[in-house]
Amino acid sequence: MEEAYIYDTVRSPRGKGKKGSLNELTAVSLSAKILNELRSRNNLNTEEVEDVIWGNVTQVGEQGGCLARSAVIAANYSESTPGLSINRFCASGLEAVNLATNQVKGSAGSAYVAGGVEMMSRVPMGSDGAAIAVDPTLAMNSFFVPQGISADILATKYGLSRDDVDAFAVESQKRAAAARKAGHFKNSIAPIKDQNKLTILEEDEYIRPETSMQSLGGLEPSFKNMGEVMPGFDAVALLKYPEFEKINHVHHAGNSSGIVDGAAAILIGNKAFGLKNALKPRAKIVATSKIGTDPTIMLTGPLPATEKVLRQSGMNIKDIDLFEVNEAFASVPLSFMEHFGVEHQKINVNGGAIAMGHPLGATGAMLLGTVLDELERTGKSTALTTLCVASGMGASTIIEKV
Amino acid sequence: MFSDFTKEVDKDNIAFITWNCLDKSMNTMTGNGFKNFQQLIIEALSDETIKGIIITSGKVDFSGGMDLSTLEALKRNSGSNPASKIFEFIMEGHTLLRKIELGKIDDSSKAKPVAFAGGGVCAGIGTEIGLACHRRFFSSSKESKIGLPEILVGLFPGLGGTTRVPRMMGLMGASSVLLEGKLFASDKAKSIGLVDEVVAGDELIQKAKNWVLSASPQDLIKPWDQKGFKFPGGAPYHPSGFMSFVGASALVNGKTKGLYAAPKALLSSVYEGALVDFDSALKIEARWFTSVLMTDTCTNMARTLFLNKSALEKGQQRPAGAKETNLKQISVIGSGMMGSGIAFASLLNGLQVLLVDQNIEAAEAGKMKIEMLLNESVKRKKLSEEEKTKLLGHVKTVSSLERISGSDLVIEAVFEDLQLKQSLYQKIEPHLKEGSILASNTSTLPITKLSEVLKDRTRFIGIHFFSPVDKMNLVEVIKSQKTNERSLAVALDYISLIKKTPIVVNDSRGFYANRCIIPYINEGLRMLSEGIGPALIENSAKQIGMPVGPLQLLDELSVSLALNVAKETKAALGKDYEETGTESILLEMSQKKRFGRKELAGFYDYDNKGRRQKLWEGLKNLNIERKNADITSELVKNRLAYVQALEAVRAYEENILLSVEEGDVGGILGWGCLIWAGGPFSWLDHVGHENVLSECQKLFEQYGARFAPPKIIKELASSGSKFYN
Repeated sequence: MEEAYIYDTVRSPRGKGKKGSLNELTAVSLSAKILNELRSRNNLNTEEVEDVIWGNVTQVGEQGGCLARSAVIAANYSESTPGLSINRFCASGLEAVNLATNQVKGSAGSAYVAGGVEMMSRVPMGSDGAAIAVDPTLAMNSFFVPQGISADILATKYGLSRDDVDAFAVESQKRAAAARKAGHFKNSIAPIKDQNKLTILEEDEYIRPETSMQSLGGLEPSFKNMGEVMPGFDAVALLKYPEFEKINHVHHAGNSSGIVDGAAAILIGNKAFGLKNALKPRAKIVATSKIGTDPTIMLTGPLPATEKVLRQSGMNIKDIDLFEVNEAFASVPLSFMEHFGVEHQKINVNGGAIAMGHPLGATGAMLLGTVLDELERTGKSTALTTLCVASGMGASTIIEKV
Repeated sequence: MFSDFTKEVDKDNIAFITWNCLDKSMNTMTGNGFKNFQQLIIEALSDETIKGIIITSGKVDFSGGMDLSTLEALKRNSGSNPASKIFEFIMEGHTLLRKIELGKIDDSSKAKPVAFAGGGVCAGIGTEIGLACHRRFFSSSKESKIGLPEILVGLFPGLGGTTRVPRMMGLMGASSVLLEGKLFASDKAKSIGLVDEVVAGDELIQKAKNWVLSASPQDLIKPWDQKGFKFPGGAPYHPSGFMSFVGASALVNGKTKGLYAAPKALLSSVYEGALVDFDSALKIEARWFTSVLMTDTCTNMARTLFLNKSALEKGQQRPAGAKETNLKQISVIGSGMMGSGIAFASLLNGLQVLLVDQNIEAAEAGKMKIEMLLNESVKRKKLSEEEKTKLLGHVKTVSSLERISGSDLVIEAVFEDLQLKQSLYQKIEPHLKEGSILASNTSTLPITKLSEVLKDRTRFIGIHFFSPVDKMNLVEVIKSQKTNERSLAVALDYISLIKKTPIVVNDSRGFYANRCIIPYINEGLRMLSEGIGPALIENSAKQIGMPVGPLQLLDELSVSLALNVAKETKAALGKDYEETGTESILLEMSQKKRFGRKELAGFYDYDNKGRRQKLWEGLKNLNIERKNADITSELVKNRLAYVQALEAVRAYEENILLSVEEGDVGGILGWGCLIWAGGPFSWLDHVGHENVLSECQKLFEQYGARFAPPKIIKELASSGSKFYN
């Protein structure tokens, strides 16, 4: 079997929603800018790219119609390079990498570009519909509740208090602000420029370094009303989790991931591809996993996905130097730490989506780039990236610095 | 044979199709009635000389809906593939109603206006016929009400109501009609769009006729048959409809605990239908409706709550040949909560009430309680101020027993104390007039024992009301060994008069309902004492469809009452008393002064207004074992369901309960037992007796004799039959 290597990682800075800097860009143009950056940084002969696998969740309007192929055409890649839009909700960016990895390992091509994009300020989350939420047969039989309720069920299950989740959020902001200031993101970030080479955005702009327990304390829990009053999702949650008397609503905008715009791309190839193009592999992709879990609590996927990827790699949780656990909601990394007994110093060391935002289709690839930069910066060796996924799924990837 | 429908054509060439089931007091749709209706509609639509059609009723009421036994019979007599016959029958209905809606027999003919002119009670298929018409005229009379109550008996509107109503008023608007099954008074019906015009009953036909004669071709096209029709409030994937649909599923799921197939099928039908054209939507509705009729829990619920309940209300157990009673005045002795509730129910239904208590102040206090209940009725617009004043005038308060000699029925509702009651009876008996009967509202004391002090024990009977009397419709009638048929007839006639539902049972401790409720509460306590989490117990109870969990129920009844019942039962049974294993928890709760809601502290915490807040933290520190702390919810649910259902079976086996029909009606109306399945006996049939037997054996081995499979279950399991065949 071939090995699959990461040759490079590029990402856009994350723009903060409707009033943010990237809002003026189309999904296809931001995608093309990132694809172009990856090409120019690596002097990439795009004819050698077997496919561009592009994670993207809300595939309607400007993100519809196989955005991946549109982006490839817009980026002026070789005509022979196709494009594949994929959707595994929040893990789409990582899943794109994992698919590419396994294609390479299975010798179906020597090089892939994998990543994704989400212009959340332009194509609203949920605007592509979702049978699991709307179709009564499915929604009732699967005990559907919206993700925020799931995050609160998770907090209830792990006994996380409002203070616990808020403290985690404050720390995420602190770490992200420090990392940005120290330039830890510089290696992967491609500043976004317009057609006149004028800068649109150079750095992540969603971070709020001044966040404190006090400032978060003033926020109302976001999902309490829909849970307890109208339409009463908590009653549905309790059908699945009758051991709880009630759901403890602790999440709000300040301890959940931000709604932002962004794109990321990773160049993946086999050994021969690197040798041929004089590219130095940065990391080996050791193992990948994906898994389905209970759709009601929805966000526990990182736990079995991590157990699965560890099993596949023959590694132990202690063998991992750094973790990226997507901060969809604070209860997700907190439950991960609790479940595996991993200390906070190893997890999301440069902050996460609570501070920087979570551009759904791109985040997985962004996290992988961030953690690889950190391995290189600190001289550490192995990293595990994992994300919770809507409708009850999880995905995970282990890399090892070369 | 009579025809349920007739057709007459007047001088203006308008065809009147009149529904009048001559053999019934209320129009209900049968298979033959439908054929009759179909033929007349097709004749009228095909006749070129006819200008328009008016569908009306020959009775005050338009229709009570579908005759559910027709659906039952259709299912039973449809051979090996009943679903296909049911689906065909429903589609035939849709096809006919669609012809009415389009006003023509086929595409080549010209549309005729079809008006609906009805009043009184209009429910179910009656309303659905109206919904297919071009314009609905409805009587303004106070008694008139219209709606689609199918959901309340386990079904959903299956003849187009589910497809038409959301297209008329959107999903949100439709939910009170379809999901709550409300019947609407005329004005309200008009304001929500269920009817178009409300007119005086005697002008109904004329107004409908005027409209038919002046209707324009545009008036005959329903919105959904016009180009560019938009689902009001937004279709499922329209931004404005999205949250309504997401919310509707959650709301229904949370409220029904996922147990009821009908509301699920209803919502699925609305959703799937909203994504296609109208005719496809009707087909989708028919498929879901067929699936509901093929679901035994739905039809069992309809059987219990519709067919069997009405049979009991119509006097099924009344002794044949017993002389009709003519009740005018009753006496209620004891004016506490139960006594005043009984008096209130009696007053509302035209009886004069003598309210007797130890002193006049106590009796007057009882009258105050009645007045408060009457005020509630005024507030809810069920009564006018004048009617209230008049009804209050029908209550006389006294403190001496002599005056009861004017009463046809005397109901004793004093404190649950054998000696107190017996000594009272001795004082009452000399004043009872010839032909009058004496009843006790006791909920636990054996009737035969109570009657021992009477000279004439034949005219003593138990009439056990449930609390609160104004809301609970079940009445348990308990015969002692000596009660005669006349007393039973009087009791049943009285219950019929006050519009409640009777079941008749033989005498034993706890009769039927309490006999089954107590083990349910005890099982909750036992589980708590085994270390099972209180939230899991309470939530699991709700997940088998119980209205309240065992711990909450005990808080309502009070820990002291439970201790008292246990003490009395122990005393009465002596060495036959079986330890329930719950006393230590009850004692600990009482030591800690956690008596229940009245004391604002029980298994739950309460605020100072008695509103339940949360489970008491201290439950974690009770002196309990923790042997079953990791039990599954499935097992908790099974224990809670079987412990009641098996007790019901034992009551039947011991001939306390006289029929499974009464067992199911009583179970549902008395304590909300397994409503979704049609009651405890229907539930056991649904589970299947072989499964019941093996589950009982497992529970018996693990948890003890209360789960030992009764003989009758073993017999049903081995013969492969059911309680209902």
